[in-house]
Amino acid sequence: MTGFVELNDIRLAYGPGGDSTLALDGLSMTVKKGEFAAVVGPSGCGKSTLMKLATGLIRPQVGTVEVASKEVDGPVSMAGMAFQNPSMLPWRTTLKNVMLPLEIVQPHRRRLSRERAAYEALAEDLLSVVGLKGFGDKFPWQLSGGMQQRANLCRALVHDPELLMLDEPFGALDAFTREELWQVMRDLHAEKGFTTILVTHDLREAVFLADRVFVMSARPGRIIVEREISFPRPRPIDLTYEAKFNDIVHELRAHIADARAAA
Amino acid sequence: MNEKWIKAAPWIWTIGLFVVWEGVVRAFDIAFFILPAPSDIWVATVKYWPVIWTNSLQTLFTTTLGFLLAVVGGLALGLAIGWSRSIYAGLYPLMIGFNSVPKVAVVPILVIWFGIGTVPAVLTAFLIAFFPIVVNVATGLATIEPEMEDVLRALGAKKLDIMLKVGIPRSMPYFFGSLKIAITLAFVGSVISETVAANSGIGHMMLAAQSQFNVPLVWAGLMALAVLGIVMYAMMAWLEMRMTGWAHRSSHG
Repeated sequence: MTGFVELNDIRLAYGPGGDSTLALDGLSMTVKKGEFAAVVGPSGCGKSTLMKLATGLIRPQVGTVEVASKEVDGPVSMAGMAFQNPSMLPWRTTLKNVMLPLEIVQPHRRRLSRERAAYEALAEDLLSVVGLKGFGDKFPWQLSGGMQQRANLCRALVHDPELLMLDEPFGALDAFTREELWQVMRDLHAEKGFTTILVTHDLREAVFLADRVFVMSARPGRIIVEREISFPRPRPIDLTYEAKFNDIVHELRAHIADARAAA
Repeated sequence: MNEKWIKAAPWIWTIGLFVVWEGVVRAFDIAFFILPAPSDIWVATVKYWPVIWTNSLQTLFTTTLGFLLAVVGGLALGLAIGWSRSIYAGLYPLMIGFNSVPKVAVVPILVIWFGIGTVPAVLTAFLIAFFPIVVNVATGLATIEPEMEDVLRALGAKKLDIMLKVGIPRSMPYFFGSLKIAITLAFVGSVISETVAANSGIGHMMLAAQSQFNVPLVWAGLMALAVLGIVMYAMMAWLEMRMTGWAHRSSHG
């Protein structure tokens, strides 16, 4: 059985010629369709590089990347992405920011001007799901950091992507907002079933959200542990305070400590 | 109370300057050909008003035309430089070299090509004003957040999409900001050219007045330049506010 996202024996070096740094070496991972995968690892292990590989923004020197059973030889043209920095465009209202992917991705791009009202309603709906009902006509700089991050999630999801890439999207938020957004993310994933790859350094976040956690080694990065998380869904947030949850967090933590020590 | 004082401050300081000036000239009995008093300048302004007016219009015309050329050229070149790294690498040293040449040194060449008059003034204004526009537009394009670019590329956006949706709107505050600098420089350019090689314009008028030892008229020309400069700057500042208000937001929106 093949996965939706497959990275096979990837080797990737940055920089020119001899003095290049090896970012990834011998990295393989498979994420199944509809699965929520989390990637954790010591800092500087190339987690973000992984995101760019899986979306075709960069190409590996060795190895292959496949998405939806097709070899990736350029940007994948459909992935939703969200980073720690919400990077909203300040000259657009929140609603217009959220609708940005619709102006790029087909078939929405073609339909947008004719069916603007329907698309606006769709974006408004998404905003209300993440708790931003009625904030669509505010400018991003009128929103708090947490609210901008919610809008950022909406922007990553508005075109119903098959693949969602999240790079530390909750990293800069306070603990309460973060837990709230975990639940928003959990519900959205349950509802829409997009394949997700979440890069994070928060192990609790990884264990709470993911079906499968990949632990990366220190640079040059590769996958050293693949851990399935089999808690039944929907998972209540209280789960994160239970012993069986914390056991897994500790287990992953030990792997990362080993990886750091080996570096 | 405080707010009112701040609003009134520009007027108070300007009037204050003229009052002190007038006082100093009278107190020390300074000769009018060294430093005329504001009242003398005012008398000269009224007396020579038709001359000042027509020459002001000429300077305004050459400045505006040169400025508009600079806007079109600067915008186009700035977009090209911001678009392609190889154009950037190739053109930037040339532009720096070009910008380092004092524009007054170019005027004789322009005169050889186009003769004395309006054309050299327009071109000098253009040459001096377009550089800040190019640099600012290119900077705006070059500083797109890499995350934003990744988000769009992963959606399948082409370079043109990224430029239209992000790059160009993003560079607009830089562009409109640079217009304030460019209009002032265009003004400098056309007055330089008029002073060296023209038969009309404020620069030429001042040179002619100087040779006739009409010092109050020289100063009246200076005042006309200052007024024109402030007006043009204010127009650009207003335009900037108008077009890119989002970039000047306050914390309470």
